Amino acid sequence: MSTMKPRDSEIRFDLQIIASWIEPGSKVLGLGCGEGDLLHFLKKNRRVTCTGIERNEDKVAKCIERGLTVLQGDINEEVLDYPDDAFDYVILSQTLQQIYEPGELVRSMLRIGKRGVVSFPNFSHWSVRLQLLTTGRAPITKQLPYDWHDTPNIRVIALKDFRRFSRETGFSILREVAINTDHHEKSGNIIKVFANLRATYGVFLIGNNKG
Amino acid sequence: MSEYIEHDKNGLSVGIVEKKFFTFARPPKEMTLENGSALGPVTLTYETYGELNPDRSNAVLIMHALSGDSHAAGCYSKDDAKPGWWEIMVGPGKGIDTDKYFIVCSNILGSCMGSTGPGSINPKTGKAFGLDFPVVTIGDMVTAQKALIDHLGIERVLSVVGGSIGGLQVLEWCLRYPEVVVSAIPLATTPKHSALTIAFNEVARQAIMADPNWNKGDYYNGAKPDLGLAVARMIGHITYLSDESMRHKFGRRLQDRSDFSFNFDADFQVESYLRYQGSKFVERFDANSFLYITKAADYFDLTRQYDSGSLVKAFSRAMAKFLVVSFTSDWLYPTYQSKAMVKAMKKNDLDVSFCEIEADWGHDAFLLPNERLTALMKGFLERVYNETAR
Repeated sequence: MSTMKPRDSEIRFDLQIIASWIEPGSKVLGLGCGEGDLLHFLKKNRRVTCTGIERNEDKVAKCIERGLTVLQGDINEEVLDYPDDAFDYVILSQTLQQIYEPGELVRSMLRIGKRGVVSFPNFSHWSVRLQLLTTGRAPITKQLPYDWHDTPNIRVIALKDFRRFSRETGFSILREVAINTDHHEKSGNIIKVFANLRATYGVFLIGNNKG
Repeated sequence: MSEYIEHDKNGLSVGIVEKKFFTFARPPKEMTLENGSALGPVTLTYETYGELNPDRSNAVLIMHALSGDSHAAGCYSKDDAKPGWWEIMVGPGKGIDTDKYFIVCSNILGSCMGSTGPGSINPKTGKAFGLDFPVVTIGDMVTAQKALIDHLGIERVLSVVGGSIGGLQVLEWCLRYPEVVVSAIPLATTPKHSALTIAFNEVARQAIMADPNWNKGDYYNGAKPDLGLAVARMIGHITYLSDESMRHKFGRRLQDRSDFSFNFDADFQVESYLRYQGSKFVERFDANSFLYITKAADYFDLTRQYDSGSLVKAFSRAMAKFLVVSFTSDWLYPTYQSKAMVKAMKKNDLDVSFCEIEADWGHDAFLLPNERLTALMKGFLERVYNETAR
């Protein structure tokens, strides 16, 4: 286990990891960008040209007010409009678990972007397993804090599952980091041993299979 | 649109403003219009607010809608009862900040609020043009505005802003003079009128032309087609509202009575409202201008202009950064029309932001106090200004 001290704790630890992967000056599309924390950080610190897509009007407005380029819309539909390789990176941060057709979306991401970044809460974390085992009910965790009947998270994904998904869908995992974050999520650890059991989040850099 | 004009509730205003005139295209250098005819001299009335900065990079053009004028903000005197039509948006510290930007608003070609239009004197005859006035287009209006901007010494415009028919001009600016427009805010607008919109406009025009006083547009020395114009305005007002807003505003409430009159007086509040709006409108607007401007708006079609054939091809000319805004209850220029432009902009790799604002007030929402709209425009303008200054 290596401890990573956040250099810039204005954004969440998982977003800091993503930000560290983005080449300065590149072109980025953020899917489900929320209030634009990551995009704002990238624009300010990495001279990145970015666009965000977000469904919620309040969040879209917040983004535009803070000077970001953001479109209100459904990410599954909005990605279809862009030409091939329109972006250097297409980021799907903590939204994969809410996507109805993840295969379709990931394929679109890698059509319109040279690289994709996907992160999600790890459903095979020991606390999730323990809860199910001991309580016999659908687990509720800090990362997935909803009851089964009011959750936007329609899918549960383990780090291992995503690796298999990459083989089945036909894309490559270029980099992956499993992390554990502290209570405020501003700092955390990178998990290297037994990640599938110990990590709360997985962050993956993906690309098209070569050839 | 004037029904909403009100003083700023915080008392913030650009203050006393002055109406100005610019005349150009004097014969023999007349302006060539899209329909091939020549027009000149042409006068535009305009107003400016704020100061042009030394590098002339802070100019914002405001485009008004069908019945608007150059008087977007401020008052003409201390005793002026009503400020300009967008007083809520234009002023110190407001969405379009007069402390930061140099704002120009001109009355469109073909209107009757001081710029050259069908009610102006035809220099060839010494009488009002009437139907001898050429059918102008949104493109012609924008060409005239460009002449004004040149006259003011502005080479690049920080932003072109407008809603409804003003939004059509915004889009036209972006395609006609792409290298001039840094950014654009088309509000509650469309790349082309739908059959529904054209239909409403046609019924409104027919109401005017069916008025015997209209006299084929030649009425400037006699009784005006007030009844026809009032009905045209009533139709307009229906399209500016929504089912929701009319239910809120009027419901089935009766006007100044407790029971039906059992005649054809204005029983319902909605009838009374429309009659009032119609009768008020004829005091300030020229029926022929209504015909010309609505026709120009109906002809407007970005997919037809510039031999483009498609919206995507049309926007391939554009270079501006866009903020597109639509309103949920707008059935005159519904959101799907804004989304169609956004799609074409995306396909052209343009910098575009889009927000659909939840609002019950129909098409008129862009003229009503709306903190969301104000904040969006303010943030967007600040951003493009900072990016340009860099």
